[in-house]
Amino acid sequence: MSTSYKELTINGLWKNNPGLVQLLGLCPLMGTSNSTVNALGLGLATIFVLACSNAAVSLIRNAVTPAIRLPAFVMIIAALTTCIELLMQAYTYQLYLILGVFIPLITTNCVILGRAEAFAAKNKFVSSTYDGFIMGLGFALVLVIIGMVRELLGTGILFTNMQLLFGSMAANWQWTVFPNYEGFLLAVLPPGAFLVLGLMIALKNQIDSYILARTPVNMPAAADRRVRVTD
Amino acid sequence: MTIQDMQRSISKNALILGVFAALTVALVAVIQQGTAEPIREAQRLAKMAALAEILPTKSYDNSLLDMQITLDDPLLGNRAPTPAYIATLAGEPTAIILQATAPDGYNGAIELLIGIMADGRLSGVRVLQHKETPGLGDKIELSKSDWITSFTGKSLDNPRAERWTVKKERGDFDQFAGATITPRAVVKAVQRALQYFDANQANLFAQRLTASAQEANQ
Repeated sequence: MSTSYKELTINGLWKNNPGLVQLLGLCPLMGTSNSTVNALGLGLATIFVLACSNAAVSLIRNAVTPAIRLPAFVMIIAALTTCIELLMQAYTYQLYLILGVFIPLITTNCVILGRAEAFAAKNKFVSSTYDGFIMGLGFALVLVIIGMVRELLGTGILFTNMQLLFGSMAANWQWTVFPNYEGFLLAVLPPGAFLVLGLMIALKNQIDSYILARTPVNMPAAADRRVRVTD
Repeated sequence: MTIQDMQRSISKNALILGVFAALTVALVAVIQQGTAEPIREAQRLAKMAALAEILPTKSYDNSLLDMQITLDDPLLGNRAPTPAYIATLAGEPTAIILQATAPDGYNGAIELLIGIMADGRLSGVRVLQHKETPGLGDKIELSKSDWITSFTGKSLDNPRAERWTVKKERGDFDQFAGATITPRAVVKAVQRALQYFDANQANLFAQRLTASAQEANQ
């Protein structure tokens, strides 16, 4: 059984997006999406852990019996997250300080165990790694979009403090979109995360039903030509 | 499934799980060994930069990390004895940088680095470590807001003792929208550190002599 990379990509980014469709890992999604730089930092860390854990789980999938599958996977994920935390502390100390408790919390992000269980445990090394990467990317994209919307609504400014992630050359990336903006605290507070996420899900469903409403035009013809398949 | 089958399967699973535990522990141990030194170095660099940041450059000419004494006093609120650094200019003490802890932050303790000039004025305050809410309480960091610089130049009697709190409680210091507990905890901890310095100034600067005497002996 080999799933095509195109299908994996569409699944991870749109059809089965962890943040918008599976609604997995909402805790970090809410917690770190209050500014673009926080969202991006945690998004990158999640992509890394997800790709690595999928790769590792795929490698050991034949050695683990079903009974001890879950503890073994959790052990791998926890170990990888600990490693990431140590590496970030050693080499990106500032970013480590900002993300704080959300880095160890990557362990409990159910996207990661979910993909290990649903995909990596049944698929080959390369496609599992790719699935982990693209699922992580889908998660990170949602995270960053929520972060940008909340930062913009909350403060009227975009890309504050990007130097924490990209070094001193990024210090002037800050972009004041609305000068003399009063600030809208609700967007930065936790309820803002729920509202923005809800709006994003609604928008995605709207786009999906719009696409669906347009497709039947050439659907019947396609259906006629197809040989009937019972499955 | 017979008893024997079950026993065999249990010991097999236990064995596999044990092997995985050993492997993952080994991985973490290797990474930890490898990163221990860079982490210490990163923390040291961050500390040096922070120390240099809260003292005016011209107010001292010694190497701060080398003029280190250890303090332990309930007024500082630290859980363990912490290092303090004495700045000297031409051998005369001009300032001290000490660590204090605000135990009553919104999410636990907030560790502070406080620079006090010999005349009792604050030369600067920085946050070393905290777990305050991102986007709200973390405005105590200089990278998020310049609130922490409002301490510079203040001293124990400027503002008066009862105004050493946030504006909501008729004090002199701003609170943050949505976060009062965090800034109040910091303000109170700085005030206590100033009280400590006021009571122990002579003693502290005398310790410098012991520190440099030890240096001379080595």
